[in-house]
Amino acid sequence: MTWYPPRIVALSWGALLGLLALTVFLAYQPLGAFNTVIALIIATTKALIVAAIFMELREHRGLTIAFAAAGFFWLAILLWLAGTDFLTRPQFPPPAIL
Amino acid sequence: MREAQPSFQYATLVQQEQAAQLGMWTFLATEVLFFGGLILAYCVYRYGYADDFAAAARHTKIVIGTLNTAILLTSSFLVAWAGALVKVGFDRLVAGLLTGAALLGVIFLGLKGYEYREEYREHLVPAVNFAFEAAHARGAELFFMLYFVLTGLHGLHVAIGVVVLLAIAHRARGGAYGRQYHSPVTVAGLYWHFVDLVWIFLFALIYLPGRSSA
Amino acid sequence: MKADVETNYLTADYRLRSWFLTTDHKRVAVLFFATITLFFFVGGAAATMIRLELATPQADLVRSDIYNRLFTMHGVVMVWFFLIPSIPTTLGNFLVPLMIGARDLAFPRLNLTSWYLFLIGGSVTLYALFVGGVDTGWTFYAPFSTMYSNGHVVLAVLGVFIAGFSSILTGLNFIVTIHRLRAPGLTWYRLPIFIWSLYATSVILVLATPELAITLALVALERITGIGIFNPRLGGDPLLFQHMFWFYSHPAVYIMILPGMGVVSELVTCFSRKNLFGYKFVAWCSIAIAAIGFLVWGHHMFVSGQSPFAGIVFSFMSFVVAVPSAIKVFNWTATLHKGWVSYDAPMLYALAFIGLFTIGGLTGLFLACIAFDVFVTDTYFVIAHFHYIMVGGMVTAYFGGLHYWWPKITGRLYPEYWARAAAILIFFGFNMTFFPQFILGILGMPRRYHVYAPELQVWNVLSSAGASILALAYLLPLFYLGWSLFWGRRASSDPWHATGLEWQTSSPPPKHNFVATPIVERGPYVYTVDGEAVPQNA
Repeated sequence: MTWYPPRIVALSWGALLGLLALTVFLAYQPLGAFNTVIALIIATTKALIVAAIFMELREHRGLTIAFAAAGFFWLAILLWLAGTDFLTRPQFPPPAIL
Repeated sequence: MREAQPSFQYATLVQQEQAAQLGMWTFLATEVLFFGGLILAYCVYRYGYADDFAAAARHTKIVIGTLNTAILLTSSFLVAWAGALVKVGFDRLVAGLLTGAALLGVIFLGLKGYEYREEYREHLVPAVNFAFEAAHARGAELFFMLYFVLTGLHGLHVAIGVVVLLAIAHRARGGAYGRQYHSPVTVAGLYWHFVDLVWIFLFALIYLPGRSSA
Repeated sequence: MKADVETNYLTADYRLRSWFLTTDHKRVAVLFFATITLFFFVGGAAATMIRLELATPQADLVRSDIYNRLFTMHGVVMVWFFLIPSIPTTLGNFLVPLMIGARDLAFPRLNLTSWYLFLIGGSVTLYALFVGGVDTGWTFYAPFSTMYSNGHVVLAVLGVFIAGFSSILTGLNFIVTIHRLRAPGLTWYRLPIFIWSLYATSVILVLATPELAITLALVALERITGIGIFNPRLGGDPLLFQHMFWFYSHPAVYIMILPGMGVVSELVTCFSRKNLFGYKFVAWCSIAIAAIGFLVWGHHMFVSGQSPFAGIVFSFMSFVVAVPSAIKVFNWTATLHKGWVSYDAPMLYALAFIGLFTIGGLTGLFLACIAFDVFVTDTYFVIAHFHYIMVGGMVTAYFGGLHYWWPKITGRLYPEYWARAAAILIFFGFNMTFFPQFILGILGMPRRYHVYAPELQVWNVLSSAGASILALAYLLPLFYLGWSLFWGRRASSDPWHATGLEWQTSSPPPKHNFVATPIVERGPYVYTVDGEAVPQNA
């Protein structure tokens, strides 16, 4: 066992920096609504690399993965159910009153 | 390296280590919900003030933001490297890597401070000296309020992480960790990676919107 | 073996610092017990003032702004400094390691930190009370709380914010402990339901409380800086506050009730000398309540201006969440059926719980129905509903558990006849206080008002009279439980002849809980047909 970083860790670092460059590049391309979607997809991919490789989730059992996912799942509930209100309001934001 | 003993409530070191990891993951779940409330506010107001948010986001400093992201990603890499090494020895290198990661964290904070100062100069600080083009002022002020709270809260977490990493690095240098017992390194690493993970999303939400339009 | 010959966790060390620097979960539980009892009486004092004022239709006891501060403090103190911590930090802290055969919680120092955070948060909130209080209601609705209130909003939310971290650490500790420190042979389906309930409670504590923290931080921020996150004049939406607040505060009510349900499962089995009917159902219903409880918060906002579509979604989910609670009630009833039922004080509390919780729960279903809710929202109907669950349910269960485990915690037996008398008095006082409030709600009396139409006085007088009985009844345990500490008969390790692991060690337990780690061989409620208990580890 040497002092080098494990290959997968070093490759992940490279991939993360590459994805960073990609997301910045794509942000400047006129893709309309897809800009947001793509930025979030790339961010999620980077997050999954950090979680799976740096945080070693790929080596852990379902319980740890469930714990890791729980916070995000519950955040999704918050965003989704609050969204059922904001997305279906007749007028949002509320009218500007002076 | 001296023999580590589990605390009295644990039967084995492995059990203690598993408990510590589970505890940190639980804590990280709470952090997701802590930042999550702000993410909800961001999503709601971005939906309501899409153009204002795009206009406001264009005033964020993409160069500093990108640089800071690269810095945090690299610091995470160093911590992951240290986490792999600590299981096989190389105490001094582990300490050096953790210290390096902490140093990158300090640089991150320094750049953030510079960024805040520039934003102050450009009258982008709500409730202090905020001034924006009238057409987008309402949503832009909300954007920058969320920007300062989100990045400020994140910066606080980075600062705490720096202190933790330095403390763990110091103990690693003294030979406290090895193949049998290295849970503090793992657990501190989880926290640091999480701070990086939050930033990955903040970067996408703060620095990237609106770039493709003038 | 006489209890005063061996040392136990109480006698192990008498120095003050051994209490204030303790990491023993049993001592931390006692510290919490003292603190929340104090807050119970602070909140009770506010309630006394409220009911005194409401005995007459005019505002003749206090001014309106003082009244606003009274009901706010009653809510803030009772919710965050009594109900939410109550069973988890007292009975939970004490019993979780004992019930799973462990020597302590996973993170003992974190446990002590939790108590200090609670103390600090409570002190800040009490300070806010003494310098003038806050008048926003415990719900801190924006923009009143952030822009217009002249109370000490920032201080009050700061106190709650700090106490929130106390909650989070307790929940974290329980989750890891239950996963990792179970004794050999203790599989998940052999755990007492009290543990399942605390696990479900801890999931809510861990996931909901941080969201409250950030919500309160934003309230403080808006109040201090004047930026318009929730202020419509500046482009914000007050409903964003309400969504953020209730995302925590609805699951919070399940934090309050789930531990009580867990206690009732323990009491009903022991005092029917029977296995719990449908153990797996009851266990998974605890989890279901916690999970579904996160999906219903908008039922607090039916008339707030949220979209009708959201209202329908939340209404539907609110009906769904009642199902697991109902399943539990059916299972407790089935457990009682053909059991050897005895009417010791803890059982009186358990039976009261089942009845009063059912009334509270059913009225919750009325409120889940939007058409009905529109009429009774913000009236005394809602107040009666949640007091039936919180007081008739939760506080009753807390008292039941306190009596049941009192011998284990203190090593003393309380005087049984005084305890039964108090339980019956509480039951009568409670119903007399809160049942008239359902009627008041239907008749249209708004909540948080200290003046009302004169024709409503008779119901208010009934309610206030009941409150005075209730107050007396709640003081009684203070006296006879306190008496028992010095002059009560010493308890054996298993005075109730129950089955759990906590009864297989001395009363009070030794510092490290068990002489030897128990090996578990069966489920938690095994009784023979003659009603003999078969302990889990024999």
